[in-house]
Amino acid sequence: MTQPTANCPNCGAKITFRWSGSVQTTCDYCKSVLVRTDVDLKKIGQIADLPPDASPIRIGTEGVYRQRGFVAIGRILYAYDQGSWNEWHLMMNDGASGWLSDAQLDYAVTFAAAESKLPRECRVGQQYAWDGQTYTVSTITKAHFSGVEGELPFQYWDKSDVVFVDLMSHDTRFATIDYSEDPPLLFVGEAVEFDSLKLKNLRSFEGWE
Amino acid sequence: MSTMGPGSAGAPRVESLNCPNCGASLTLRSRANAITAVCESCHSVLDARDPKLKVLQTFAAKASEDPPLIPMGSRGAIRGTEYEAIGFQRRTIEVEGIHYSWHEYVLFNPAKGFRYLTEYDGHWNDVSILRSLPDLSPGGATLAYLHETYRHFQTADAVTSFVLGEFPWRVRVGEMVHVSDYVSPPRVISSEGTGNEVTWSIGEYLSGGDLWKAFKLEGEPPPPIGVYENQPSPMSANVTVVWVTAAVLLMMLVPLMVLFFSTARDEQVLEQTYQFDTSSREEASFVTDIFPLKGHTSDVELATSANVNNSWIYLNYALINEDTGQAYDFGREVSYYHGVDSDGSWSEGSSTDTVTVPSVPPGNYYLRIEPESDPNRGIITYTVRMKRDVPQASFFGLAALALLVPACLITWRSLTFEHLRWAESDYGSPPSDTFLGTVQGMVDSAKKSGDDE
Repeated sequence: MTQPTANCPNCGAKITFRWSGSVQTTCDYCKSVLVRTDVDLKKIGQIADLPPDASPIRIGTEGVYRQRGFVAIGRILYAYDQGSWNEWHLMMNDGASGWLSDAQLDYAVTFAAAESKLPRECRVGQQYAWDGQTYTVSTITKAHFSGVEGELPFQYWDKSDVVFVDLMSHDTRFATIDYSEDPPLLFVGEAVEFDSLKLKNLRSFEGWE
Repeated sequence: MSTMGPGSAGAPRVESLNCPNCGASLTLRSRANAITAVCESCHSVLDARDPKLKVLQTFAAKASEDPPLIPMGSRGAIRGTEYEAIGFQRRTIEVEGIHYSWHEYVLFNPAKGFRYLTEYDGHWNDVSILRSLPDLSPGGATLAYLHETYRHFQTADAVTSFVLGEFPWRVRVGEMVHVSDYVSPPRVISSEGTGNEVTWSIGEYLSGGDLWKAFKLEGEPPPPIGVYENQPSPMSANVTVVWVTAAVLLMMLVPLMVLFFSTARDEQVLEQTYQFDTSSREEASFVTDIFPLKGHTSDVELATSANVNNSWIYLNYALINEDTGQAYDFGREVSYYHGVDSDGSWSEGSSTDTVTVPSVPPGNYYLRIEPESDPNRGIITYTVRMKRDVPQASFFGLAALALLVPACLITWRSLTFEHLRWAESDYGSPPSDTFLGTVQGMVDSAKKSGDDE
């Protein structure tokens, strides 16, 4: 895969795209939010430094999910009253886009699902069936968008409060409805064990092997 | 922290901070994962996500009031992963006016996340959060998880009564949550929540000794008191397994028995009728003709029948091997009495008697017989029948007993253990739809009817 490079229109730093489908990225140096156009990169905004977080994953972390290799190329960071979490944007080795969420070290891999009939509003305990699988609403989280980094498959940066609905099943399958967009988006996948992802190029923590 | 730009991707340090209340230094061992932290000096509850560590709660309890058995900062391996003890809380429930408390430890690994240890009266559990929903039965008496049935044990409101260290959630002393436990020893599934939002976790019983070894702790773990809700029964084999095994073995005995009965010679070697004159003063003993006992070493069955009628005859027998001189001596009595009294008619004894002589080698034998009875009772006629290699049902009875006695003993011990376990539950006794519950019910009703009499 070619990795097209360009320069940041704001500070001139080199910008590399790892994934052909990326719509947005951020400049590591000046924190400009950049989008790809037909001809060049355009700055559409500016973000602050990300708040400290303790995810062992970082941009460039590689792993395997169900025999498909992936690399983390971007992320969205959210905070809520009980903690914070990262949605790591994954480039799968077949060119697809996926997400690895790290919610205070609970991990889940999800993929965007085409589903037009999503509920406008949910209550905890309600059940929905998608693709023959029954999901139960387990939590409704009012989260606060707290930053982006790296490559994303869509424009996403100027957000404030967003609502997420998490749904669990009787096995590890898991779904999230993201109400930050209209119409809302559905992501389905499963809860995963850290070890099962065989992650490489992780962040290291002092005092821990 | 100022920047996360290129070059700053070095290993993040454990954050060193100071308590805004007392100034003591504070370490956030789980870094940005910490939501609440407790100052070890002044015991203030602090907002770990606030850079200034805003004080959320202060209270009078001393931090040393309830020292954790596993000190904060200790590390140990659980299921192959190293964890550090970073948080500690005591939770208390009230049942019929009595307070019961248990302790919970928060364990942390920077990549694998959080897991928990609970301790009650020396009983430990290794607990992790469930990522899938258990299947709760209508009514909530049981739940299913990974093809296993868990039975409801207890529901209570647990109040956080003491905290120390740091937590990946909001902790306040005095906060109450609704907790329910469902057991399938050695596992327990617990739900915990306020209102609709429920967190499910699964625990597995852990020995204090193993934990002490894993965390290299000094001294001995506190000895466990009583039977805990998900403590595995010391009966290593499950009662159902014991009974299924006994049943299978009993069924295997049946063809064996058929084989024994069908291949046994069951051959009559002697049948002779004699008369004993009780008035005679002459020597009564005599010997029979020689008869062969064939085949392998096997048993001999001797049946005696006599026309006794309110009388008895005693026969001293000796089965003698003509070739070796080896003798089997035994005496048999045949007596039969009957009559009528105020209670009606009665009878005692029988006119026949059968005895088995085991393990008699083949050879040529004869029988010496010496009859005795009361004198002057006329002539008693008796018949002696001897059979060779007779299949014995009693042997199979003994084998069945050898299978059933241990099964009963194990059931009894298991029953006692389960009784102690469920005595602590919301129900006070084992669930009635379980095997043990059924047996318990039978025992109880037997006791009750015994008391009524």
